[in-house]
Amino acid sequence: MNTLFDKIWDSHIVSRIEGGPQQLYIDRLYCHEVTSPQAFEGLRSRGIKCFRPEKIFCMPDHNVPTRDQDKPVRDPVSARQLDTLEANAREFGLEYFGMTDRRNGIIHVVGPERGLSLPGMTIVCGDSHTSTHGAVGAIAFGIGTSEVEMVMASQCILQQKPKSMRIRVEGKLGKGVSAKDVALYIMKEISTSGATGYFVEYAGSAVRDMSMEGRLTLCNLSIEMGARGGFIAPDETTFAYLKGREYSPSGEAWDKAVEYWKTLRSDDDAVFDKEIVFDASEIAPMITYGTNPGMGTEVCGRIPYMEEVPPQDRDSFAKSLSYMDFHPGDAMEGKKVDYVFLGACTNGRIEDFRAFASISAGRHKAESVTAWLVPGSREVVRQIHAEGLDRILEEAGFEIRQPGCSACLAMNEDKVPAGKYCVSTSNRNFEGRQGPGARTLLASPLTAAAAAVTGKVTDPRTLM
Amino acid sequence: MKQRFNIIESTCVPLPMENVDTDQIIPARFLKATTRDERYFGENLFRDWRFSPEGTPRDNFVFNRPEFSVEPSEGIHQILVAGKNFGSGSSREHAAWALAGYGFKVVISSSFADIHKNNELNNFVLPVAVPEDFLQELFDSIAADSGTRVRVDVPAQTVTNLATGSKVCFELSAYKKYCFVNALDDIDYLLENKDRIQEYESRTKKILKI
Repeated sequence: MNTLFDKIWDSHIVSRIEGGPQQLYIDRLYCHEVTSPQAFEGLRSRGIKCFRPEKIFCMPDHNVPTRDQDKPVRDPVSARQLDTLEANAREFGLEYFGMTDRRNGIIHVVGPERGLSLPGMTIVCGDSHTSTHGAVGAIAFGIGTSEVEMVMASQCILQQKPKSMRIRVEGKLGKGVSAKDVALYIMKEISTSGATGYFVEYAGSAVRDMSMEGRLTLCNLSIEMGARGGFIAPDETTFAYLKGREYSPSGEAWDKAVEYWKTLRSDDDAVFDKEIVFDASEIAPMITYGTNPGMGTEVCGRIPYMEEVPPQDRDSFAKSLSYMDFHPGDAMEGKKVDYVFLGACTNGRIEDFRAFASISAGRHKAESVTAWLVPGSREVVRQIHAEGLDRILEEAGFEIRQPGCSACLAMNEDKVPAGKYCVSTSNRNFEGRQGPGARTLLASPLTAAAAAVTGKVTDPRTLM
Repeated sequence: MKQRFNIIESTCVPLPMENVDTDQIIPARFLKATTRDERYFGENLFRDWRFSPEGTPRDNFVFNRPEFSVEPSEGIHQILVAGKNFGSGSSREHAAWALAGYGFKVVISSSFADIHKNNELNNFVLPVAVPEDFLQELFDSIAADSGTRVRVDVPAQTVTNLATGSKVCFELSAYKKYCFVNALDDIDYLLENKDRIQEYESRTKKILKI
């Protein structure tokens, strides 16, 4: 009567500390340039090496420019952080996918895409969106830099075991409704702290029907519900996606791996600490109006009136709307849009570009809109070209940039100016997230495309 | 910074806002540092709430009000009191470094985001989760008297609002309490049990095949 979470977690326990955390063995550690330098520095000051260097993979993604990656990085502070990662990877003997390497991209796009993230693994990275890798059936979660140092030093981490939650989405998703909308809907229902203290297993027919890309998007947003991570039991969709990838097992090892992976499911009588069920048919395309991802509504809906907000949340609600310069009761459709961002570890995969192109085909980018289309990896760029999506998008007036985290957190030049509105496929609409004073509306690639071609918030179903 | 905790008694800085995310605690543009300079991060704590883009202090933000603007020192403003779901969002440990760098030793809230809570614990900033009504009463006490003192007794795992005498227990695992009282961190522990890790590795290779 074990949950899949119990099975994977418990099989990785090295020791239990009396009255404290468990020592968990980690199969993969990913490092990017922002949250790793102080961990490497910590190893140096302790005079130790990485314990299992072959289990650690490094790649720059947060600071990288999305144009002219073959030229020196202009911002000297970013350049130093990028150089530091490369130097550290070399010094500690770690695999490094540099900015111009064909394997480079956002870690959470590259890990599954290279077959580095596999079912049954424990995976960590100094990045909250590490939850993404849960889509392959792994226990993946974000950690702080001190914890990155722990894993480098011992391939282990000390953690209290989270509680277990299952979120089932049953039924069929409607036209124009994607995994992103499902996640925004769940967050609206349970809030951004609704899953704090839990690890979430997503299940139900709507989740089973999702492609691997959709599952990666859903698991990516687990952290925005407050969950430590989220995952989906591996199935034929997972195996088909992973087969033949660079680091996936092959030949006889593949067959043995699949045999093992097929055992990775929650028992029928497994007991979860909490279980929630949603009806897929009730979910419509979603968009956020506030400054946390739980402040969402249907694209064709409106912002709540003050009376509809619980009394204890009214101050935060008013503060959010004041930052966004929106008013209670406002309809979302028709709101002016200045910027559109397609990309990030949430929605920077090939399926997201296909969706965006499906709306853009035969239409043109609105004059008033600045659009940043940023693939999640060099592999996604290759696929975009192979499928001819680049031609469709360029004819519609869009430019495809080079991969990186880009305007999701605006550590590079891709910043939304103060006061401007950006419909973004990323994961956070916090104050200043996309640049000081920037106003973010989170939505799916379809809704982002609809905004890009009309210059205003538009229900994508009206363009399909 | 590793330090021993026993009993902390101090005035507080109130931040009666919910869902304070780590992007607000330390905005992304300050994450480009490659060293762990807590002073630098502390100077930029709540940067965009504390200062205008031109760098002038925003008078309406609580840290800039005369009664709370004095930087923390022994017994003064060492405790931050914040609304529920404190530290949500990004895993950036820089947020914990900023809180420590500013001089906070304790953060009191009714709930903490999981990753940030661990980051505080790993940096010897103590997250103290209290019931909603205790938190509200504490905000009320501080609103009535900005000099309200709070006593956090780590060995006893209790927190007391000295203005009202209200006292509650808070959770802290026996292991973490031992770390806080003795100034030890997790890496010290892990480095001492390499044998068990190797034993685990040889045991599991046979099952996983990957």
